[in-house]
Amino acid sequence: MPLVKADAGLCQGYANCVMDAGEVFDLDDEGLVVVLRPVISEDERSEVEQAVVNCPVAALALVEE
Amino acid sequence: MSRTVVVGASVAGVRTVQALRREGFGGEVILIGDEPEFPYDKPPLSKAVFAGASTLDDTRLLSAAHLDDLGLDLRLGVPASTLDVAAKLVTLADGTSIGYDQVVLATGARARPSPWGAPPGLHLLRSAAHSRALSADLSRASSIVVIGAGFIGSEVAATAVHRGLHVTMVDPLANPMARVVGDEVGELLTSVHGAHGVETRLGVGVHEVRPHGDGLVIALTDGSDVVADVAVVGIGALPNVEWLADSGLALDDGVTCDEYCRAAGQTDIFAAGDVARWWHPREARHRRVEHWTHAVEQAAVVGHNLLHPDDLRPYDPVDYVWSDQYDWRIQIAGRTSGGCVAELIGDATAGRFGALYSDHDGRFVGAMTVNWQKAMVAARRLLLATDTDIVDARAHMLAAGQRRAAVDV
Repeated sequence: MPLVKADAGLCQGYANCVMDAGEVFDLDDEGLVVVLRPVISEDERSEVEQAVVNCPVAALALVEE
Repeated sequence: MSRTVVVGASVAGVRTVQALRREGFGGEVILIGDEPEFPYDKPPLSKAVFAGASTLDDTRLLSAAHLDDLGLDLRLGVPASTLDVAAKLVTLADGTSIGYDQVVLATGARARPSPWGAPPGLHLLRSAAHSRALSADLSRASSIVVIGAGFIGSEVAATAVHRGLHVTMVDPLANPMARVVGDEVGELLTSVHGAHGVETRLGVGVHEVRPHGDGLVIALTDGSDVVADVAVVGIGALPNVEWLADSGLALDDGVTCDEYCRAAGQTDIFAAGDVARWWHPREARHRRVEHWTHAVEQAAVVGHNLLHPDDLRPYDPVDYVWSDQYDWRIQIAGRTSGGCVAELIGDATAGRFGALYSDHDGRFVGAMTVNWQKAMVAARRLLLATDTDIVDARAHMLAAGQRRAAVDV
């Protein structure tokens, strides 16, 4: 199962992930990434992969569990 | 086996390769980079790397391990020198010829050179080599002049303050980043630089730069001089298209492309990133954009279109760019210049605010926020939709930007 990981310590709130995959990522009140749903379906893989490469600070990863 | 050649190890080039593999391309991929080093990311050069908080190695877009994962043939250190469209050949400066089935032009843009010569101590900042040269000079500097108060100049000024340097900022416009955000917001930026001790010399140009002891004298057009140990010139960028001069491709401030990012009149030649001037459907005009997110998003579309000639996707983005200056996280989306009207919302004194931009019909066309990321997400979503009224946009941004915990009275 693909599993979404986000490093809130690296996150700078650029929010490209929220734009690419708004069902999976959101921001908290401080503007930092929150993973809404770490386990994603195969249908969501493409948009989450785009979110990963669209993070300017490489704070996101998609790992296979 | 089919072969795709990507020319330019820019973020657009690297992300195109990644998109190709993600889309399932099983053919050969060759990535050509003119610099003798692994592809790296440019935004940190004027921020974390300049601050000394990161090294160039922290900014690499690819590692040796990635090459195996991507099945990528990475050719570094020799620039491409010609493109033969009829023969489908890229030739490198050392004479090597590489045939292709499809080619992606991602040679980026370079810093506009200094019109005041290159005396020791005067720097550009757009490449790893620039970054190293500037770092070496800064170790013995206590003062710096930034010439040009756009993104690079503003970020260098903010970071130089953080490094303890005395900073002077010079620009012929009245306010920093005024070309991008207009003067209402620009005035706020001027105040922030001033509050952090930056000496601003705005509304005045540079006449000449000459050596002065171990440093420089920057002679301004109002007759005054500024003396500093080093200077950074940030006055824009030029697309790297000279190598395509004999290709027959349409070139006009970049490689002219259709809405699918194919070079005009071509089906096997695409362009991505700073070098592409493509037909932007939303704005119904050709545009060339130098932002990081643009490069990444355009690369994804190009990756798809390379593999799906019968299901081409138009590239129709909303611009998005950020800039980190002092404790201001500035985010900008859509159209924020060129006669747009700005309206401030939020609390500027608390350092958490935004500006909404509208056209003359009152339609919401762009936004800028400071330390207000959630409001910016709302703005970007509205801008992707069409025709939002400025009044509705304001209400949406204010609602989205509210702190969940802040329902107190």
